[in-house]
Amino acid sequence: MSEPDPNYSVNVRDFSLWYGDFQALKNVSLNLRDGIITSLIGPSGCGKTTLLRSFNRINERYGNVTTSGEITILEKNILDADVSLPELRKSVGMVFQRPNPLPVSIYENIIFGLRIHSDRKDLRRSEMDEAVETALRQVRLWDDLKDKLKNRATSLQLEQQQKLCIARLLPLKPRIILMDEPCSALDVDGTRAVEELMVSLADDYTILIVTHNMAQARRVSQECIFMLLGEIIEHDRTEQIFLSPRNQKTTEYIEGRYG
Amino acid sequence: MFQETQHVKRKKRAERTAQGVFLGMTLCMVLPLIAVVGFLIYKASPVLSIDFIMDAPERGMRAGGIWPAFWGTVCLVFFSVIIAAPVGVLAAVYLHEYAPENWFTRMVNLAVFNLAGVPSIVHALFGLGAFVLFAGLGKSILAASLTLAIMTFPVIIESTKESLAAVPRSFREACWNVGATRWQTIRGVVLPNSTSGILTGIILEVCRAAGETAPIMFTGAVFFKAVQGGDVFAYGPMDQCMALSMHLHTISTQVPGVPEAIPFATAVVLLGTVLVVNATAIVLRVIIRTRKKW
Repeated sequence: MSEPDPNYSVNVRDFSLWYGDFQALKNVSLNLRDGIITSLIGPSGCGKTTLLRSFNRINERYGNVTTSGEITILEKNILDADVSLPELRKSVGMVFQRPNPLPVSIYENIIFGLRIHSDRKDLRRSEMDEAVETALRQVRLWDDLKDKLKNRATSLQLEQQQKLCIARLLPLKPRIILMDEPCSALDVDGTRAVEELMVSLADDYTILIVTHNMAQARRVSQECIFMLLGEIIEHDRTEQIFLSPRNQKTTEYIEGRYG
Repeated sequence: MFQETQHVKRKKRAERTAQGVFLGMTLCMVLPLIAVVGFLIYKASPVLSIDFIMDAPERGMRAGGIWPAFWGTVCLVFFSVIIAAPVGVLAAVYLHEYAPENWFTRMVNLAVFNLAGVPSIVHALFGLGAFVLFAGLGKSILAASLTLAIMTFPVIIESTKESLAAVPRSFREACWNVGATRWQTIRGVVLPNSTSGILTGIILEVCRAAGETAPIMFTGAVFFKAVQGGDVFAYGPMDQCMALSMHLHTISTQVPGVPEAIPFATAVVLLGTVLVVNATAIVLRVIIRTRKKW
């Protein structure tokens, strides 16, 4: 194993993944640079979401999954047997296509992770209040919601729900945030707001976003990965990929010939 | 322009006929129900009263009330529920949330499914063999409740599994992704959001248990037991008891000279109990639904 480079927060080496007999990822190798947004593009069924879900090993909840290779996050191969999944998922949070707030209050949604990861008696009220305020300020919802913390999270607008789902990860102090088409359920304004939020979060977190929307990949990401049929075709700076892709398949996808 | 063609007229006729047939079938279901209930209440009216429920039978069950049978049914159902509900609900949680997809799980699911279809008389014989004779409980409320529990719990498992499946997957995903264990997910999100469905399933099963005669006939119910009217401490778990369904059977077929109104009134009480319990289930569900909404 090569020494992990401090500039990269995620190193993937020869990673393959099978659902039963079907090989969904084929010898994927990549490095995700710390503190930037990387986007993952490609046609449906190319393994984007599977790759994303491999980084917090949530795939294993969806069926019969076998893997080979290495994924190193924070200098630890997360596929090792001694990795604690709750601890891994604390560091690697995930945001979904459809906002999925829990049917409890806004306040409870945000401290849900804290409650999961600490004993009841160790959580002090002041600590929780502070965590809620910090998280909501980071996602720019505090001013809108500070008087409504007791309201049900499912009653918020979709845009606010999605921001709340991002805020929910923050009290756990993750290093990496995975986003699976986080704007596909939102309207134009919602998309813009969430994109701005992602950019502002990028300084503190490594963000990996799966998107179907190539314009979005262009707008928000510094690096871009193009995938096809379970393989990484091209991984480069975003401008490079969109302006002068090296691979013929990338060119064709970006020009909209398929996918 | 836009005039009805022959074709459209034919289609309209077919439409009306279809609607009529479906309405007719619905009425075929509802009318007998109304007729049965109406007939029962009409026939029972001479003796039906609160006293009829609260009094003990007199003159060899030819007069008086049905308290021992009513209370016996309450006891049987109560004990069977406190046995079957925890076992059924927890087993369902395991099968739905934990069990890996393999031949063992499939077998258990198949067994549960089939167990739900076993006729009650078979359960009765099993109860007689297993609880009354083998376990040495004798004919008792405990043995009868266990038999009822065995009979009801596959259905509780099935209904609980359905309620668990109705909890949106996104809630679970939200939990997994902050690193919740399965148990934390179940306790924090899955159970609170499926309580209403689970409770409804249990209560509906209670109703079925209350009406069954066969399983208790061999295992704990008796023709007659001398009990003071309104005595709620009449039965201990190891006693035999009377039960409404059995009492109805007895006074309709085994005892000569029972005034006609008494069996009818007994039937009304049995039916009324079931309706009250059902109504409770509905009210409970509505209350919990309005509090837990997604």
